[in-house]
Amino acid sequence: MTAAPIPLRLRLAARGLDGTTLLAAPALLALLALFIYPFAYGVAVSLSPKAGPFYDSYRRFFADPFMRETVGHTLALALPTTLLSLMLAVPIAFRVRLMRRQRLLTTILVLPVTLGTVLVAQGLLTYLGPPGWFNRVLMWAGVLSGPVKLTNNYWGVFASLVITGFPFTFLLTLSAVSGIDPALEQAAATLGAGARRRFLRIFWPLLLPGLAVTFCLSFVQAFAVFPSAVLLGAPAGSTHVISIAAYHAAFEQYDASLGAAIAMIMGAVQLGVVGVVLGARSLLYRGPVGGTKG
Amino acid sequence: MDTQPSPTATRGATLELRGLRRDFGGFAALKGLDLAIAPGEFVALLGPSGCGKTTALNCIAGLSPLSGGAITLGGRRIDRLPPERRGFGMVFQSYALFPHMSARRNVGFGLDMQRVPRREAEARIDEALALVHLGSQADKLPGQMSGGQQQRVAIARAVVIRPPVVLMDEPLSNLDAKLRLEMRAEIRRIHDAIGSTTIYVTHDQDEALSMADRIVVMREGAIRQTGTPAELYERPAYPDVAEFMGFRTRMTGRVVSADGVMAHVETCGTTVPVAQRGPLLAGADVTLMVRPEDIVAGPAGIAAVVRIAEYRGRAFFGAATTDCGAELFFRSDRAVRAGDRVLLAARPEQILSYTA
Repeated sequence: MTAAPIPLRLRLAARGLDGTTLLAAPALLALLALFIYPFAYGVAVSLSPKAGPFYDSYRRFFADPFMRETVGHTLALALPTTLLSLMLAVPIAFRVRLMRRQRLLTTILVLPVTLGTVLVAQGLLTYLGPPGWFNRVLMWAGVLSGPVKLTNNYWGVFASLVITGFPFTFLLTLSAVSGIDPALEQAAATLGAGARRRFLRIFWPLLLPGLAVTFCLSFVQAFAVFPSAVLLGAPAGSTHVISIAAYHAAFEQYDASLGAAIAMIMGAVQLGVVGVVLGARSLLYRGPVGGTKG
Repeated sequence: MDTQPSPTATRGATLELRGLRRDFGGFAALKGLDLAIAPGEFVALLGPSGCGKTTALNCIAGLSPLSGGAITLGGRRIDRLPPERRGFGMVFQSYALFPHMSARRNVGFGLDMQRVPRREAEARIDEALALVHLGSQADKLPGQMSGGQQQRVAIARAVVIRPPVVLMDEPLSNLDAKLRLEMRAEIRRIHDAIGSTTIYVTHDQDEALSMADRIVVMREGAIRQTGTPAELYERPAYPDVAEFMGFRTRMTGRVVSADGVMAHVETCGTTVPVAQRGPLLAGADVTLMVRPEDIVAGPAGIAAVVRIAEYRGRAFFGAATTDCGAELFFRSDRAVRAGDRVLLAARPEQILSYTA
């Protein structure tokens, strides 16, 4: 007696492939057309310089200190602003978690996202600039004798990145914080843990994996800083960030190969930071954050 | 066996609740609760959902602030202490195990907070895990354990700190029926073994009856009746307590005659003899309450039409509607079906009467 062959359809279905798998097709196509193809194309362009060996665009980037330093400039902006946003987001999220009018406060905090970088830059130029309110109030109060320079330098871009990046960081942090079962804190309290130890022993370890992901997403956003670096910063000096260098190479020098090479280097740096953070995350507990099997 | 840290110094102390009130923005969840719980006593707070029993437990634990009243333990006022300084063990409905810690570290958390020396702590963790029969599972994470095992870890974690009072908030409600029965006996055994006072919140009268030394029935934020399981089961003081204790059938009637021993009550066109438990006057309106197993379909009684009938092994149980609209829950030894006409009666001493 021979068993009837199992139809291909059933065998595929057993592996999770059936009609509904087709629903993933549009996303897959978009990914191919908008990410994988341009990426591969970019790699190819970056490896075909106008002159010299195939790696010449990369060599030129690292040989020129003005270009090479953009990596450091960008990291110097993106890392501290992302960390600051996270450090602000965690305590605020802890407070908001307990509030009844959560939605109202969340809306207010998230509003800057809807403004767009240019509007924020324009606002900061007038507010933080030498004749702006910030300096005027501090001088009137006697804290400053003369205006402090906060625009067209590092700090202007820093402020803009925090303002536009914070809402995003906050929303991700809030969802991580509110995912933790409040009964866990109560249980820790009845077992004798004060507020500090409840945070350090219960919340922090459960929150850290989520914060690592939040950090990565926020960092990648901040690393691509461009408009605020031009509008609020010193685009030829301390805020000469890597995206400006790429723009300059591709659209002012018309050297597509160099531009593509800079974009690849930018991606590699981002990937490096994200890789380090996610690698550290894999050492942490990443299971469910509820207190029950339900 | 060894020196005990400060919270256990109050072991063997009476827990007293005086005029406990808790308002939630205009809604009074607790309306002046008075209760004294003796050391070592197992008290069940029993009531339907929304009666304030969990609020009461949270107030005792310190997780919810009081709006009024006082809590004392051995005469010492504790209601202004934060939960971490009350030293009560609590078992949560959701267990609230720390998901990133092994069972062993969950159990050890409270000892760690009390800064119990490591060697003593290890010994006490072993003891607590053995008490709940979990020795071999100690290194698993809560996510890798079954509901029943998680439940045991939660109990071990609450009792290992040797609390003067253990608070349990519907701890069995997430378990399946078989495990629930098993854990009832386990919890009672653990209570007897450690000798703490236990306050157990439940909405299940079977649980309360089978586990508690004393049952406190609550309703709408107040205590309705307090007594031993037998007292409550046999002599519920009010119709709503009776209903909670399984007296499902409720009929209204009027006393025709009463001689101090036996009363006759007219209900639904029939006169029913009722054993008197208190004074009843002829002409008074009364509520009669009976358990389903005590109303039997037979040759005589109140006429009713069967609405639902279920076969439950030895007998049929069902619900029937009388001609005047009352619903009677009854038992029948012979087969009945929906639509059948039956005559239903109960023995006089099995009918409770309450003057309206």
